[in-house]
Amino acid sequence: MVNKSGGVLVYAECKRRKLNRITLELLSAGRYLAGKLNSEVSAVLIGYKVRELAKELICYGADRAYVVDHQSFRYYVPLTYAKVIADLIISSEPEIVLFPADSIGRDLAPRVAAKLNTGLTADCIELDIGDYEDPISGRHYEKLLYQVRPAFSGDIIATIVVPERRPQMATVRPGSFDPLPRDLGREGEIVAIPVNLGGEGGVMEVIKVVEEESSTDLRDAKIIVSGGRGVGGPYGFKLLRELAKELGAKLGASRAAVEAGWISYSHQVGLTGQIVKPKIYIACGISGAIQHIVGIREAGVIIAINRDPDAPIFDYADYGIVGDLFEVIPALISKIKEVKCNK
Amino acid sequence: MIRVIVLIKQVPDPKVRARLKEDGTVDRERVRAVMNPYDRNALEEALRLKEVIGAKVIAISMGPLKAESVLREALAMGADEAILLSDPMLAGSDTLATSYALSKVIKMLGNYDLILCGMETTDGNTGQVGPEVAEHLGIPHVTYVEDFELRNGYLLVKRLIEGGYQWLKVRLPALLTITNTANEPRCSTFEGVIRALKKNVRRLSLEETGIEKGRVGLIGSPTRIKEVRRVNLRRRRYIIRKPSAKEAVEELLRELSSKGIKLVMNGG
Ligand SMILES: Cc1cc2nc3c(=O)[nH]c(=O)nc-3n(C[C@H](O)[C@H](O)[C@H](O)COP(=O)(O)OP(=O)(O)OC[C@H]3O[C@@H](n4cnc5c(N)ncnc54)[C@H](O)[C@@H]3O)c2cc1C
Ligand SMILES: Cc1cc2nc3c(=O)[nH]c(=O)nc-3n(C[C@H](O)[C@H](O)[C@H](O)COP(=O)(O)OP(=O)(O)OC[C@H]3O[C@@H](n4cnc5c(N)ncnc54)[C@H](O)[C@@H]3O)c2cc1C
Repeated sequence: MVNKSGGVLVYAECKRRKLNRITLELLSAGRYLAGKLNSEVSAVLIGYKVRELAKELICYGADRAYVVDHQSFRYYVPLTYAKVIADLIISSEPEIVLFPADSIGRDLAPRVAAKLNTGLTADCIELDIGDYEDPISGRHYEKLLYQVRPAFSGDIIATIVVPERRPQMATVRPGSFDPLPRDLGREGEIVAIPVNLGGEGGVMEVIKVVEEESSTDLRDAKIIVSGGRGVGGPYGFKLLRELAKELGAKLGASRAAVEAGWISYSHQVGLTGQIVKPKIYIACGISGAIQHIVGIREAGVIIAINRDPDAPIFDYADYGIVGDLFEVIPALISKIKEVKCNK
Repeated sequence: MIRVIVLIKQVPDPKVRARLKEDGTVDRERVRAVMNPYDRNALEEALRLKEVIGAKVIAISMGPLKAESVLREALAMGADEAILLSDPMLAGSDTLATSYALSKVIKMLGNYDLILCGMETTDGNTGQVGPEVAEHLGIPHVTYVEDFELRNGYLLVKRLIEGGYQWLKVRLPALLTITNTANEPRCSTFEGVIRALKKNVRRLSLEETGIEKGRVGLIGSPTRIKEVRRVNLRRRRYIIRKPSAKEAVEELLRELSSKGIKLVMNGG
């Protein structure tokens, strides 16, 4: 059935009949790497009623799309998914396998890596191909995957390689690569993989999902005004919205504010929200948890407003105002209005 | 009584910025070592089970001899037993090697119902060890667990996902990784510290656990760190503290415009 070896395999995800953006990013990364290795890009999509998305995978850069479409794969669970992926890797022998560094990829990839006894690099932000000289054995390796990742809460960036074992596996942070344009003319092969459930079913099942759809796109916002638990409630967000309007900015939020129900998930910034790159990011009443910070790493200027002088957010901000946001933001709004009038 | 295993890693104090040594490796010697903060959340969940249904809590760590201190702390917080797997051969283990070694210790102990891990560490940050241990043991796992309930032979688990939650039903034995939002971990009490002094941290070597030397340490680890560099996620920190909000805001706008940063973009 499956016989093409070498190349890059991408683990694809979709939601509500659409490929996730991270999948398009991984396909783009895959094309870049495959170009350097002179090989091909495959993608594997597992789910229920996902068959029609196979063509989309090809439009965005895959040469081959493997599809596993079955009712039992309606929700992600690690055991059955890991088995499918591991079997596919064993039969198709990719050099490189890429997963998204999200709540599925970070759950699934380690399970697969342990099954295959190979290495896995977490949360990569850059990928490339290059040579490596092992300092212990003195051996020289050609065309390895350079996997660049932050560790120590972002204080350190490490480049990791897997010289001996295959495949080389990585989870990749959303926002690290730009998707390729959709090319309807691209050609590729679609391969349906027959479902073989084995004995893994029934050990775990998803019984309920409480999930909100994301529709606000913060990725192209020039300015983002973002609020956290310190905003105190929906009325606080009204104030932030007013500031955002004055600045022509979009509204962001921390997970704590989203969970409190003050604003919808589509505004959430961070590890499990959106990775944003505005010119200016204004964090109001946000403490600066690392899961929030990873979402604003590439912001141009970060301004923090927080009443706690020891809040970690100040370490990650270019400018900080220590103070109550209910005083600072109104003052900022009136000052901006003043500036605008004088122009 | 159900048996709950908590995996605990010793990490350099996350409040101190990581430094690099001359040879480009991470300097761990000069920084105080502490319990991985997220492992406190895992331990807290185990201790609550102990209080509610009378579980036996066993803390396991793999690391250098000085990692005994985090196990002492776990005992002081209320763990019943503590085990340290320590051997020079283990140095340099990546997540595959670490999870293999930990799974061998767990297999050696025999019976267990639940394994709890932190959602990740503050040094390696991979979050991979939990799922990899579960794979080595052939048991199910759930990551990013914010809440769970023990039912008759299975768990009802609340897992954090993008934009919300999901509830899963999982058969025991299982491994869960616990988020930092799951609970507020307790501190150890004076009595707890005294109680812990009377307890032993059991030390295990490679031989006792049947760990194959070729599968741990640098030799047994598929990943190699090619290079590390320090970066600045932390920024310039121009902090404004003024008695009035108006003054603070004026200083901010002055500073921004002196650097050519335009807050009011449509103003031209
Ligand atoms: C797996 C996982 C994924 C996660 N993903 C994300 C994510 O994508 N995005 C995210 O944001 N978080 C995420 N989190 C949660 C994260 O760890 C933090 O819990 C969250 O970011 C905290 O939000 P916060 O800063 O708004 O709240 P808090 O930490 O409670 O901070 C509130 C801040 O407001 C300040 N404050 C209070 N009142 C005022 C006032 N009147 N004026 C000024 N300041 C005030 C306080 O001093 C405090 O610093 C995730 C966690 C996990 C476990
Ligand atoms: C800069 C740097 C980057 C690295 N990148 C990678 C990488 O991408 N891939 C890789 O495979 N290795 C990597 N490593 C090696 C990795 O840090 C070690 O394998 C480490 O032993 C475990 O990984 P972690 O700290 O990420 O743990 P995590 O997987 O984040 O730990 C999750 C949980 O597992 C348990 N646990 C983890 N370690 C232990 C332990 N020793 N004893 C008891 N319980 C434990 C704890 O409950 C913990 O909360 C890196 C190391 C460094 C210094």
